[in-house]
Amino acid sequence: MVKTPRVLVLIGYGINCDRETKLAFEMAGAQVQRVHINNLINSKYRLENFHILALPGGFSYGDDIASGKVLANKIKINLGDEVRKFISEGKLIIGICNGFQVMVKAGLLPDISDCVTQATTLTFNDSGRFEARWVHLRKWSEKCIWTRGIERIYLPVAHGEGKFFAEKETITNLEESQQIVFKYVNEEGEPAKGEFPHNPNGSERDIAAICDPSGRIFGMMPHPERFLYFINHPNWTKKKEELIRRGTGIPREGDGIALFRNGVQYVRDNL
Amino acid sequence: MASIIRVYFKDEARDTLGERVKEEILKHLKLKVDKVGTVEVYTIDKELSYSELEHVRKEIFTDPLVQISSCKSLTKNFDWLVEVGCRPGVTDPVGHTAREAIEELLGVSFTARQSVYASREYLISGGLKQAEVERIVRDFLANELIQRWKIIDRRTIEGRGEAEPYIPHVQLSDGPQVIEVNLGVSDAELERIGKDGIMGKEGSRGPLALSLPEMRTIRDYFNRGNVIAARKEVGLGKNPLDIELESIAQTQSEHCKHKIFNGLLAYEENGKREPELIDSLFKTYIKGATHEIRKKAGENDWCVQVFTDNSGIVRFNENWNLTFKVETHNSPSALDPYGGAITGIVGVNRDPLGTGKGSRLILNIYGYCLAPPNYEKELPCRDKNGKNPLLHPRRILDGVRKGVEDGGNKSGIPTAWGFLRFDERYLGKPLVYVGTVGIMPAVINGKPSHKKKAMPGDLIVMVGGKIGKDGIHGATFSSESLQKESPAAAVQIGDPITQKKMSDMLLEARDLDLYNSITDNGAGGLSCSIGEMAQESGGCTVNLTAAPLKYDGLDPWEIWISEAQERMTLAIEPEKLTRFMELCHKWDVIGTVLGKFTDSGKCHVEYQGKTVMFVDLDFLHNGLPQKRMRGVFHPPSLRMVEVPPPQNLTGVLKEMLSRLNICSKEHIVRQYDHEVQGTSVIKPLVGVRCDVHSDAVVIKPLADSWQGVSITTAIKPNYSDLDTYHMAACCIDEAVKNAISIGSDPNRIALLDNFCWSRTEEEWRLGELKRAAQACYDYAILFGTPFISGKDSMFNDFDGFSEAGKVLKIAVPPTLLISAIGIISDVRKCITMDGKAPEDIIYILGETALELGGSEYLCLMGEEHKAGRVPVVNGERAKLLYQRLYRAIEEGIISSAHSLSDGGLGVGLAKVAFAGELGMEVDLSKVPRKGVERDDFLLFSESASRFIITVSPKNARDFQEMMRESECASIGCLRSNGKFAIKGLDGRVIISARSSDLKQAYKGTEAQELIAI
Repeated sequence: MVKTPRVLVLIGYGINCDRETKLAFEMAGAQVQRVHINNLINSKYRLENFHILALPGGFSYGDDIASGKVLANKIKINLGDEVRKFISEGKLIIGICNGFQVMVKAGLLPDISDCVTQATTLTFNDSGRFEARWVHLRKWSEKCIWTRGIERIYLPVAHGEGKFFAEKETITNLEESQQIVFKYVNEEGEPAKGEFPHNPNGSERDIAAICDPSGRIFGMMPHPERFLYFINHPNWTKKKEELIRRGTGIPREGDGIALFRNGVQYVRDNL
Repeated sequence: MASIIRVYFKDEARDTLGERVKEEILKHLKLKVDKVGTVEVYTIDKELSYSELEHVRKEIFTDPLVQISSCKSLTKNFDWLVEVGCRPGVTDPVGHTAREAIEELLGVSFTARQSVYASREYLISGGLKQAEVERIVRDFLANELIQRWKIIDRRTIEGRGEAEPYIPHVQLSDGPQVIEVNLGVSDAELERIGKDGIMGKEGSRGPLALSLPEMRTIRDYFNRGNVIAARKEVGLGKNPLDIELESIAQTQSEHCKHKIFNGLLAYEENGKREPELIDSLFKTYIKGATHEIRKKAGENDWCVQVFTDNSGIVRFNENWNLTFKVETHNSPSALDPYGGAITGIVGVNRDPLGTGKGSRLILNIYGYCLAPPNYEKELPCRDKNGKNPLLHPRRILDGVRKGVEDGGNKSGIPTAWGFLRFDERYLGKPLVYVGTVGIMPAVINGKPSHKKKAMPGDLIVMVGGKIGKDGIHGATFSSESLQKESPAAAVQIGDPITQKKMSDMLLEARDLDLYNSITDNGAGGLSCSIGEMAQESGGCTVNLTAAPLKYDGLDPWEIWISEAQERMTLAIEPEKLTRFMELCHKWDVIGTVLGKFTDSGKCHVEYQGKTVMFVDLDFLHNGLPQKRMRGVFHPPSLRMVEVPPPQNLTGVLKEMLSRLNICSKEHIVRQYDHEVQGTSVIKPLVGVRCDVHSDAVVIKPLADSWQGVSITTAIKPNYSDLDTYHMAACCIDEAVKNAISIGSDPNRIALLDNFCWSRTEEEWRLGELKRAAQACYDYAILFGTPFISGKDSMFNDFDGFSEAGKVLKIAVPPTLLISAIGIISDVRKCITMDGKAPEDIIYILGETALELGGSEYLCLMGEEHKAGRVPVVNGERAKLLYQRLYRAIEEGIISSAHSLSDGGLGVGLAKVAFAGELGMEVDLSKVPRKGVERDDFLLFSESASRFIITVSPKNARDFQEMMRESECASIGCLRSNGKFAIKGLDGRVIISARSSDLKQAYKGTEAQELIAI
């Protein structure tokens, strides 16, 4: 059994959420290394020595041509075999925001085993704008190991190309195989039905996150690593007042950390 | 032969860019079009086989779910096709990425002359005439300074084959040249050279911006016997070469040396006979204040290093220091708003990055002073014949907003704080402020991180982008009014990803102790960065032949002063070079050795084996005479306010809330990623729905500490017409007050000053400058808030013509931006401005006086800025109030605090209520006041140093006790019913509305529509 799971957080070429992603995994009990993609390509570091690969948010290659596309190609061309082996060994991958875009465009999601062509995409928000705002998510499937114990969660999004899109049949298949992990919902927890701002980008069927058939390979547009502390919540000062008036103190942590704990715990239990 | 790949959206996918362009054409130009489609075009200037081309088309350029692509134009329905692409030499990051992607996929390399160029086609449908399409392109889709376009009428291309692709390849006619400049000429000719610049083969090369006394000093230097002898030894004649003069002009430019702010000013006030002599406003008042404050603080001095480096450094805690710098990028933004702003933000990032040994960037700020976006009068022209009009303010807003979006978001730095300020006098020169905060360990590798020193023998290494003609004369350009000769080379486009790679790499190099000194390449390029660092070692020898160029044919003077972006200069010990270059390789960053630092006392530059510059370092930096000026001040005569009391104050309050300077700018805030890095504590938008502007933002930059950093700004150009002294005092008061309102420690607030002045050749304007600087001194000392950095921009003027050819001058109002950086001991104690719970008691802190001069209210009533009394800050009283309030926040007895600003008490109360989605009852008769006997004046006076506080009933007594010795009054309470009701001085209800309706006025107005882009 692995006591301290090892996480590789990928960096380079405009990835920029690497430090907070590292912090999230550290708070969850992992040992984390930020590794430049060129140091994986030149084998200075080896993917096989890690249990979790994290593809953080950011703007790899400036979102030029299409978000995530150029980094996805770089991974496919240089690290395709290593990544496939990593997945086949039962290890974990999480992609957040730009990392999710990379995974989808590299075919790691929704299913690497039948990845001949890219099956889904993340494309321009319906608003035509970059959007930074907090959104409500509801879990839509029990399959994903990263979201165990979470029913609803409030997290920030910050992206210009977050609209999940695929052929109708593909989406129906994803629904049936329980690969849709989070949907954007309103404050009451009902599906946003495409309506802005609850669905911030016009994603088909309000899809915010998906996983592969194993539930271990996971991508999401919202940023759980930006809600590691209670004081990151946009309304924490109001909640604090309520708690104090009820005679309790304020919690230390934010809800986002739960996802990272799940990943780390899974490694401990299964690898 | 070049190939073209065109990428279209599938019919079933949305072309949101096209939709938005269509909407904007209607909004901006009032032209209705049926449909706009967009096509991304990649022109690959390299021979590829058919199968290679198909491979890259499918694998790189096409998203199979939403796009289709082709190497031929596809048949689409449209009436007009407009292709917009970059002009030769303009930064094209997408083309650059495309090239890298192709190299990776095919395993090939492009040669220096091969490239990929990105452009876009707009397919426009609708019954438009050619002239209308041209207007759409010129006024909206493209900027001719940096882009070229082609308009094609559908009817003319039917049945024709593919057109030959256009390759924006840079062609420079001649090889590199160096010319001698004869300074042994008449004064008139000397003056001409200083003003218009050196005559090259193609005419004037652009202004040197040197005055006649300065030109004479330079001439005399080159005539000195020892200088002639020394130059002879390195093969130079008596006349200076072009690169030498250009270099002196750069080093001594207004931008770099701040000649006005550092000049000798003879100041006369109000008929006093003996003028006061001030040897540098900057040294006397700005540096002077900091000096006094630091001296008084003694052991508690928390300034680490101020005014000497690229940004100011203050202590965060015993292990970490903070750096902060705010810049303006006004002139380039007037010409190309997008390019100007992105270059501005990415450029100011390099200041903290190049401060000390380098800091990690943790927050960006922005601020735009513009003419109203609904400006409908004629646009003045740069040319006399009604040609070359200024850009419409709406277009400038659109461009600068997008520039900061791309610059900030792509760099992974939270762009968290910002402001917009509207005044018609910003039509000629918009002010575009950009700033960055950094953090660095106090000690790195056992050495204090704020110290750096290039040593003789260290290698000069440039890292980052390549050099082109970008921004040549950019620094001198901002010293001249924006006239039609403004060179297009002043416009550049920043590339955040190139810089992100470089800055990530540099932080690693810093921690490995691989360099001794670092600075950024900003204004003046290499000439300034190497020139500055050479002062540390005592000299330099540079070989320009080695410099990496974007294209061939640059003259040495151009390489030396080019402001091509994303470059830093380092001093590296020779034995560390190999490790440094390995790091460059890993991060995919270009690093080039350009020479050596020496202790020769000379700035020695060689090109292709010959010396092209040999100037004493001391002369280069300190050789020119101090500027002498005269300033006068006559206090403006006070005109009383003549506004009849309005009948419907509820309506007035709504109008106030929807004013451009008060209403919500949520759309802009949300297009900036303000939460990246996961450090956000107090966000730019607060309240139950996160849609009301906060008084300051707070981040928690370190994982293992609850300490926070607060950032806020204040800008009050609306008071400048009345008295710049009180304008500046109010700026400082408001910045400090904003910082206090969220919980900053009043003993840990530091300030930055950014003066944007105009008409500085006029004595009265210099008098106003002196008044403002004096207030900076007085109030910084009063509040104990040191200035740690700043910048001034003295020529924000436009000299042009009306459409009819009449001479027209537009000067910005004297504008001072004060930015405050504060330290918070524990972010969990921070508070926000939204009312928290029904029945909480509302207090006002501070006294309201009859101070409506320059107020938004008088503006609304058509009084402009010239009537009424300007708010006067009682600093002593304010200071005590701030300290008491800080204690109350620390003790946790306050639920919300809001710093009153534009729109005064009325606007402030409404915001507290609707941010908390609560009702409110307030009795104006309880408000502490002096000389105010009208409800409207009490509601909208902008007296300084006031807050609205809400406190839970349980804590009311404690709070009152703590505030006993300050002006503090309970004026009402929050209600759960959503009703906003204010009783006037005579006890009648004068405002009655639903909080939600007030919020609607704040958020959903026509004004906001104009900003929403």
